[in-house]
Amino acid sequence: MAGELAEGTAERPLQDYRPLPGVPDEMVDANGSVRPLWSRLAAHLASLTPADLSDNLARADRYLRDSGVFYRQYGSGISTERPWPLSHVPMLLSQTEWNGIAAALRQRADLLEAVMGDLYGPNTLVASGRLPAGIVAGNPAWLRPMVGVRPRSGHYLHFLAFELGRGPDGDWWVLADRTQAPSGAGYALENRVATARAFADLYADANIHRLAGFFRDFRDALLDLRTDSDGRVAILTPGTLNETYFEHAYIARYLGFTLVEGGDLAVVNDRLMIRTVQGMMPADVIWRRLDADYADPLELNPASRIGTPGMVAALRAGSASMINSLGAGILESRAFMAFLPQLAPELVRAPLALPNIATWWCGDQAARDAVLSNPHRMSLGPAFATGLPFDPANQQIPSSDLTPEELADMIAQHGSNLVAQETATLSTAPTLVNGLLMPRPMTLRVFLARTSEGWTVMPGGFARIGATPDPSALAMQKGGTAADVWVVGDGPVAEVSMLRSTHGAASRGNPGGLPARAADNLFWLGRYIERSESIVRLMRAYNVRLAEAGPGNAALLAGMAPLLEPLGIDPERGIPPSLLRNLAAAIGTAGAVRDRFSPDAWSALQDIRRSADDMANRVTPGDDAASALSALLRKLAGISGLVHENMYRFTGWRFLSIGRLHERAMNISALLAVLADPDAPEGALEVAIEIGDSVMTHRRRFSVATSRETVIDLMALDPMNPRALRHQIDRLREQIDALPAANELGALSPLAREVLRLHAEIATADPAALDSDALWELRGRIAGLSDLLTESYFH
Amino acid sequence: MLYRLNLSINYKFQRPVGGGRQLLRITPADLPGLQEVQQCTVMVTPPALERSNFADFFGTEVIQLVLPAGLREVRFDMKARVLRHASASLLDLSSPISRLADEIQAVTDLGPNSPHHFLPPSLRIPVDDQIASYALANCPKGATANQVVEALGKALHRDMLFDAEATEVDTPAAEAFAGRRGVCQDFSQIMISALRSLGIPAGYVSGFLRTVPPPGKPRLEGADAMHAWVRAWTGTEAGWCEYDPTNACFVSADHVTIGYGRDYADTAPITGSMRVDGSQSGRHSVDIIAVD
Repeated sequence: MAGELAEGTAERPLQDYRPLPGVPDEMVDANGSVRPLWSRLAAHLASLTPADLSDNLARADRYLRDSGVFYRQYGSGISTERPWPLSHVPMLLSQTEWNGIAAALRQRADLLEAVMGDLYGPNTLVASGRLPAGIVAGNPAWLRPMVGVRPRSGHYLHFLAFELGRGPDGDWWVLADRTQAPSGAGYALENRVATARAFADLYADANIHRLAGFFRDFRDALLDLRTDSDGRVAILTPGTLNETYFEHAYIARYLGFTLVEGGDLAVVNDRLMIRTVQGMMPADVIWRRLDADYADPLELNPASRIGTPGMVAALRAGSASMINSLGAGILESRAFMAFLPQLAPELVRAPLALPNIATWWCGDQAARDAVLSNPHRMSLGPAFATGLPFDPANQQIPSSDLTPEELADMIAQHGSNLVAQETATLSTAPTLVNGLLMPRPMTLRVFLARTSEGWTVMPGGFARIGATPDPSALAMQKGGTAADVWVVGDGPVAEVSMLRSTHGAASRGNPGGLPARAADNLFWLGRYIERSESIVRLMRAYNVRLAEAGPGNAALLAGMAPLLEPLGIDPERGIPPSLLRNLAAAIGTAGAVRDRFSPDAWSALQDIRRSADDMANRVTPGDDAASALSALLRKLAGISGLVHENMYRFTGWRFLSIGRLHERAMNISALLAVLADPDAPEGALEVAIEIGDSVMTHRRRFSVATSRETVIDLMALDPMNPRALRHQIDRLREQIDALPAANELGALSPLAREVLRLHAEIATADPAALDSDALWELRGRIAGLSDLLTESYFH
Repeated sequence: MLYRLNLSINYKFQRPVGGGRQLLRITPADLPGLQEVQQCTVMVTPPALERSNFADFFGTEVIQLVLPAGLREVRFDMKARVLRHASASLLDLSSPISRLADEIQAVTDLGPNSPHHFLPPSLRIPVDDQIASYALANCPKGATANQVVEALGKALHRDMLFDAEATEVDTPAAEAFAGRRGVCQDFSQIMISALRSLGIPAGYVSGFLRTVPPPGKPRLEGADAMHAWVRAWTGTEAGWCEYDPTNACFVSADHVTIGYGRDYADTAPITGSMRVDGSQSGRHSVDIIAVD
């Protein structure tokens, strides 16, 4: 990681900073002097000892780690979660320069909206010859089912990003338009928090524009797009395997919107609905992070398994607003950059204020001639690709690699599928490499959101910093990093808060509409955590006895076998693999409800899994395992605390609790059925109260010796013992009664009825009659609650 | 020719299936000057919970349905009376294929009949080198687009075997071509791929074929099922022509059109959850009888 200092580095980080020859640098000018804008930051960096610098950077890294910020990296068939690669040094921009960029991008956004409206409307641009038909009709991102569908909101585009680079003469260029489902705004926010921690002293009074106002304005704009005050705003994610899933969950949590996957939505009478535990609820505004082609397997890509059948029909009926319209991705094709400059004067009544990178579409004879007559400093690539000009994924071929004949041949053969683009050069910005500042190529991603007052620009953004001086290594998948962007105001900037909104109260007032899938995941999360705890308690007791190795212990250990089997425990291993599997499953389900799960609980869960994985490699059965399991038990208790004390007491929390109580009730029933059996080996009753964490209580309540009756009384029937079966059933009943539709007009749901029956039976049970058979039967009926719950709420 | 048309599609499921959205493209099209629908009804059994119609991008009528949950069987019955006229001209007004690229570029129209939609690869018909070299080998030198269409259609009819067992509805054109076997869908998609590789815009037509041939004519392949053929854009003057490679003939009054698309995916008679459920059996039967 960039923040770690090389051993023994004594120099100040700036000492050897030299711009690359012939390449403009953001921080220092051609003479090597630090630009005035950067002088405070540079002086600050220079004033830090290597140790202080290292400490400061570690603060940012710790924040990112604790918040669980990650992205997903793909490679050779597997994908892994990677820590967020922050380049700690922010990229600075002056207010004046920023104002120019922001105004130019607003103009470009208006231009794109006009083009979009024409491509999906009257198509006059093609009819009049101003756009070639080929770049539309041959473009896979032009979605024919959306042609003629007017967006309900009145606009096709609501949230955009632009990639900018600074050319050799110091002017900015647009390198790419992001109109499909731009990512990065949430990461920009996390970059800001992390960077502000690393440079806390500097940040507080450096007049840096805050980002929260941008998000607040866009949130309010989305809420205003609802036509129904009960309608929901949902963020549509492709799911947990998407590379930027973290951001989808993060933004949903930050803005208070519901995070949904395609399967959470359904179309009923041409309305888009969210399947929730309370039934279908209207989804009025969708901010999609899903590529449009995948949104509807019926009318768009039939291979999509992450879409919603009927989505296009709902939009055709005008029953929801889609941010951005399905089909907006067409504007990302680089071929459009060849035409936007000519279209601007007509469509936005002014030439482009910020040029885009020079582009020629080779389907056009004049462009072909231009490319052939001046092939220097150009590269050729697919016309409909959307990547940055220097991104290797574009299969871009520098024209210098081709002979004139090859070039002519390629253009003649593939003309309309090719664009030529001027070779982009980028400015460099400072980043820390082994504790020293080094110049690295930089691009800027700027975000725009539509509000009722027009486009608003996030005052900051997201800078990509290359891993090497070669601009082809900018992508994160190739080792690039991301830096915060500080727009330095000319005077003090206003503090903004998310709460200073007219919608604040309204948007908080309705936390209902828990998606059924989220409820399912929370229920299982509760079960996996509890099951992990059961395994740990059981195996601790087992290993303690294994270590004692006294006479009769072999019989006792054998007597515990019927408890191990249902939990998949292999007692030969100190840390049983089934525990690792359960923890992995807990993380999997928690990952799917990241928007509803506290970041602290998430880190705690990651932490315990790491510990368990680590222990599994070295812990041996017996004493060693017993003490390792005790350590894990303490960590698990910490998670329970974080989850149960910090989670908002609403429907989601109920499902989590139900999962937990349900699993615990089953495990206690089995525990008692096996260990409180009259035929159980000597010492089994003590094991039962130890696993049930009831040793002290037993001693206090019963001064007599441990007997089957005292154990059944304390662990099955005592409503005051929080580990007793009775207690679990009491709590289960409370939680289930509070679920939606549990008790409608006096009619109990099948689930509520069954838990009521169980409750009555246990509350009136005779301890003597509660033998092993009765306990196994109870366990079976408790298990059946899971099916009833699934039927009622998870479809 | 006036036809009475009956189409029945019947699906049976081994276990009850959940309700789902379906799109049907099974009704004959109104095509001014070529085809006139005098009457058309579609009955869904059991009745759909939701039902509406819309025209897709290429102008095909689509019936949008939501079926109730728990179905073991569903039936679609379409009955229609359709007047079909023979195509007007037998003169070859098409352009030499050497001129086609310029004529296509001169078209500045993105309406449903614009050739621009039909030249690039589409979902079911990606570029395929094998088919492209076959096309080149069977393309007469210096020919008009119309002559190329006919030459390719005849070549495919000669080299491919009609075999209802050899392919499935999802078989890629390249695979059917490699096996040189298939049904009308495969013949058509292979021919479209071949025409596009030669620079001739080509699309997919779904429809019906009369069941009983006119007196003295042989019964045509594919007459007892829904049918598909090819249309090709042969120049500014000639516009579109239609060719049936399964029967090696230009399309005339024996065919009844449902709709157009770039390939099967655009015109599939049924799209929706029934298509993806594995444990099902579907049958359909077609009767198309000339009434005058």
